[in-house]
Amino acid sequence: MSTQSATFPATAPASAGVLLPAFTLWWREVVRFYRQRARVVGVILSPLLFWIVLGSGFGTSFHSGQGAGQQHYLDYFYPGTLVMIVLFTAIFTMMSVIEDRNEGFLLSVLVAPVPRAAIVLGKVLGGTTLAAAQGLIFLVFSPFVGIHMTLGSFGLIVLTVFLVSFALTALGFAIAWPMDSTQAFHAIINLFLIPLWLLSGALFPVSKASEWIRWLMYANPLTYGVEALRTLMYPEAPSSFSFAFSLPASILTLVLFALFMFGLAFALANRRTTKPAA
Amino acid sequence: MTPNSTAIDFAPPAQPAKPAGQPIIAVRDLVHRYQNRTALNGVSFDVRPAELFGLLGPNGSGKTTLFRILSTLMVPTSGSAMIAGFDAVRQPGALRRHIGVVFQAQSVDPKLTAYENLWHQGHLYGLRGPELKTRINEILTRVGLLDRSADRVETFSGGMQRRIELAKGLLHHPEVLLLDEPTTGLDPGARRDLWQYLQILRDQEHVSVIVTTHLMEEAEHCDRLAILNEGNLVALGTPEALTREIGGDVILLEARDPQALADHIRTKFHVDATVMDKQVRLEIENGHRFVPDVVEAFPGEIQSLSVSKPTLEDVFIHRTGHRFWSEDDEPATKTGKKKSRKN
Repeated sequence: MSTQSATFPATAPASAGVLLPAFTLWWREVVRFYRQRARVVGVILSPLLFWIVLGSGFGTSFHSGQGAGQQHYLDYFYPGTLVMIVLFTAIFTMMSVIEDRNEGFLLSVLVAPVPRAAIVLGKVLGGTTLAAAQGLIFLVFSPFVGIHMTLGSFGLIVLTVFLVSFALTALGFAIAWPMDSTQAFHAIINLFLIPLWLLSGALFPVSKASEWIRWLMYANPLTYGVEALRTLMYPEAPSSFSFAFSLPASILTLVLFALFMFGLAFALANRRTTKPAA
Repeated sequence: MTPNSTAIDFAPPAQPAKPAGQPIIAVRDLVHRYQNRTALNGVSFDVRPAELFGLLGPNGSGKTTLFRILSTLMVPTSGSAMIAGFDAVRQPGALRRHIGVVFQAQSVDPKLTAYENLWHQGHLYGLRGPELKTRINEILTRVGLLDRSADRVETFSGGMQRRIELAKGLLHHPEVLLLDEPTTGLDPGARRDLWQYLQILRDQEHVSVIVTTHLMEEAEHCDRLAILNEGNLVALGTPEALTREIGGDVILLEARDPQALADHIRTKFHVDATVMDKQVRLEIENGHRFVPDVVEAFPGEIQSLSVSKPTLEDVFIHRTGHRFWSEDDEPATKTGKKKSRKN
């Protein structure tokens, strides 16, 4: 079409690549979140409430049910609560995929010369940042539950929180991408994501569960996130597993979980369809 | 498009064709089927550079499907669509650089400011730094919103939001601008501004503008029109040429028994009179001469009568045999409008 390039000024911009669009989608996700105060407060306060009320209640009701020796239940429940904050933030952030689709925002991104990988990366990293930030904010309560972190264990906690955030956000993206209603998304949360958390060792130790539940828990990748955090926070407390599983093995499991989820999200977003788009 | 624009008259539809070169858009035998419904049934047409081209059709006519194929959101069942020399199916990435798209649904983020929305948009097109800043200020000036640059879009009126949408679509200086029902929800003043701005774009920036619409009176502003009905292209040409082809006038008659009157007119005057919405409708040259004859011929039967120059609606009726908004323009075909599903 050389005749046309003469007629029209060369206006096509240079390749946008992957990083710039991913950055800008990440930026929007973060800015948008912190401009909605109610979301920020809700995502911190509800698990905090949950932790104190449920933790205190369980702690006194089921003394024998304590997982880890003489550990107080509020202490035991602490890493699980952190994972809950991460889960809620990650999942609810990805609800924006559905909102973006129902508004025209996602359409305007899809018709831009942006690789789908950039869209997935930007969205997922945006959600990851928010989820990890909210989770790490919760760490300010750690002195009250007797957690003493070294610089090394703090670094590993940050890494674990990041991996869990990334994997759960990618999972949320993969669930939200084919959906067109937030109601359906809520159904999935109740049916699938809450059980995922309940069976992660957040509430009760794996070793104390009945056998078939135990296998479900070992199959749940989130279990390794909770276990890694608990090991890092309470190095002296016994493992909640019924067999020895090292910290590096837990973190490696999380890395694989995160990669798998991202791959799944990418594969879903990369389909072009002949169906009515948005 | 300035906020206080007082201009009311449109420039007369400019000469349709610039020096006719290669078409900027070439659509060939486009077919699209959903399960068992045919949304597009072999549509072909060209759009010339710097043309204001309208896709006119009722809901369910296939224009939204066509729009989605042109904007690379959907893959057609068969046929091809080329824009600026790129194939919408095989080269969507390259094609996307050359088109700006304005959707019917709101695509701006209301939580971001006008500037931030455009900053974000620019990044998606690989624009950055001082150049992006210059372009944002330039485009905000052009749509008359520079002074609202730092305000969140959620504080804007509908017309202003639509102008930001337009600014988003134009930020990367596309050669082709695609707009889906751009005047939906705008008040008459804002509609007028929008059409005026599209004409300026065509005349000064030589952008080819493709607009879908279901509004006849808006379609008249286009240089050329493609009229779609049930997935078929039923008419293609300038609004003037299309209405001229009807020839003469359109006469509508109301009667107690329209069917009988139509039969009588057919036998007596040998013109094709049809009944539509309980009215007798016929197209005839020199309608003013026909009127006294027909009133004389059937005294007392005619309750009212109107003579008018043909409109685009008459073109549609002429080509399809039914009204633009037929009664069975039912919820089912509205699905084309519904938002839903998959990229």
